[in-house]
Amino acid sequence: MSALLSVAGVSRYFGGYLALNDISCDVAAGHVHALIGPNGAGKTTLFNIVSGTLRPTSGRIAFDGHDYTGRRPDRVLKMGIARNFQHVRLIRGLSMIENVMIGCHAWIDRGIIGNTAALFGISSGERAAASKARELLDFVGVSAKRGVEPLELTLGDQRRVEIARALASEPRLLLLDEPAAGMALAEVNALSSLIRCIRDRGITILLVEHHIRLIMEIADNITVLSAGSVIASGPPSAVQRDPAVIAAYLGKSDEPAVGT
Amino acid sequence: MLGSYWESVAIFTAINCLMGISLYIPMMAGLISLGQGGFMAIGAYVCALLTKGNVPFGLALCIGGGAAALAGVIIGTPALRIRGIYVMILTLGFGEIVRVFFATFEPAGGASGMGGIHPLTELWQVVLATAAALLLVWRIRHVRFGRAMIAIHEDDVAAEAMGINLTRTKLLSFTLGSLIAGIAGGFYAHQALFIDANQFDFMRSAVTFLYVILGGAGNPFGPIVGAVTVTLVPEMLRVVQDWRMTVFGSLLVVMAIWRP
Repeated sequence: MSALLSVAGVSRYFGGYLALNDISCDVAAGHVHALIGPNGAGKTTLFNIVSGTLRPTSGRIAFDGHDYTGRRPDRVLKMGIARNFQHVRLIRGLSMIENVMIGCHAWIDRGIIGNTAALFGISSGERAAASKARELLDFVGVSAKRGVEPLELTLGDQRRVEIARALASEPRLLLLDEPAAGMALAEVNALSSLIRCIRDRGITILLVEHHIRLIMEIADNITVLSAGSVIASGPPSAVQRDPAVIAAYLGKSDEPAVGT
Repeated sequence: MLGSYWESVAIFTAINCLMGISLYIPMMAGLISLGQGGFMAIGAYVCALLTKGNVPFGLALCIGGGAAALAGVIIGTPALRIRGIYVMILTLGFGEIVRVFFATFEPAGGASGMGGIHPLTELWQVVLATAAALLLVWRIRHVRFGRAMIAIHEDDVAAEAMGINLTRTKLLSFTLGSLIAGIAGGFYAHQALFIDANQFDFMRSAVTFLYVILGGAGNPFGPIVGAVTVTLVPEMLRVVQDWRMTVFGSLLVVMAIWRP
């Protein structure tokens, strides 16, 4: 089994606070890999480190065997890692299609020649990006509402547009930060099948999520974080029965709560 | 066809439109420059010195614009790593440095200014340049570079996560603005025929900012509307003589409150 993403001994301090303590985990190519844990466990911190938004205090991260620790987010994206945001960050002032086309930024009309050609309307990049954006909006299931301002969409649809934007960059690894947060049950079911469809396109997914049922349904592998440390990892069936996981989520009377 | 007085007013109005566009472009990326007067000064002096040395006007304009753009790169490279209000302070300082430099630069007349500039600017040239700049801005909005600027303006974290190189995009928009301000300066020098450093002081930069704010920073015709209004209204108010600037100031206050 080859690891597409490999996190090795990553720690991160915020001032004197240790948010991540020596985290190691591998995400296998083609898998849906879930990252779970109680609030404050460090999931989003790890997520931000993988996407380049934060630098680790120590440790290394590698993508497809290449170390990219400390690389800027725009360069991480160009490497093939795209993300969404827990609090949706669509661009106001751009239409829904243009928002998705932002995701194509890394591969259309690059350099002086590409940009100039686009300015004179003699480049195919714009058309390629627009048709890609339409295809992806169809794929995530919001095409019927294309004329609507992106920020007027329901939260669930905004999340889908954001996923389409991430997919437009043609990533090999997609990072999804709590895509089901604030969604109704029916929306969660639809999301679960969308994530499967994305995986079937050959895209590996690293998923941070609180919605346990969703995770049990779609994850191939789970890493459980608690108080900045990995306390369990493995397939859903094994993690579900792990005493350390149960303790972290429910607490245990004969043991001090994890993290204190 | 126009009287020479109104032709001169029309030329200065078109030059101010160019200045408005020169600030509109960096403002698309959320960069507010209070130093556009400085770039205009560089364009004006360089262009005027060249035509005095019998360089053809068109070539001199390009070199003057190029010199201003070069200054834009030099000032922009450190400035654009900082954020928001500090960019304003830095560009304000830059404008003052340029003013003081030309006030003491003896080969260009120093504090007593530089006269005897050839009257080479013609109305059609400035109108053509303004139309070209407007077309450029309108096209930019609909290609990759324009979307990137809007994304940076609205949400630089999301923009960077979607593969947009923040520094490069901001530097390019800042430099493009400097280039246009430099060309406007070249036209200005060959219409005013006498230039001194105080014509390119902070007021010049502040009024340029006013064009964009008053006309609206949301669409490319905003700076045109703003520049035409701010340039023509004081001319029309000459009938009220000594009260001209008082009435104009009051009009600005009224317009700021009930902006059309």
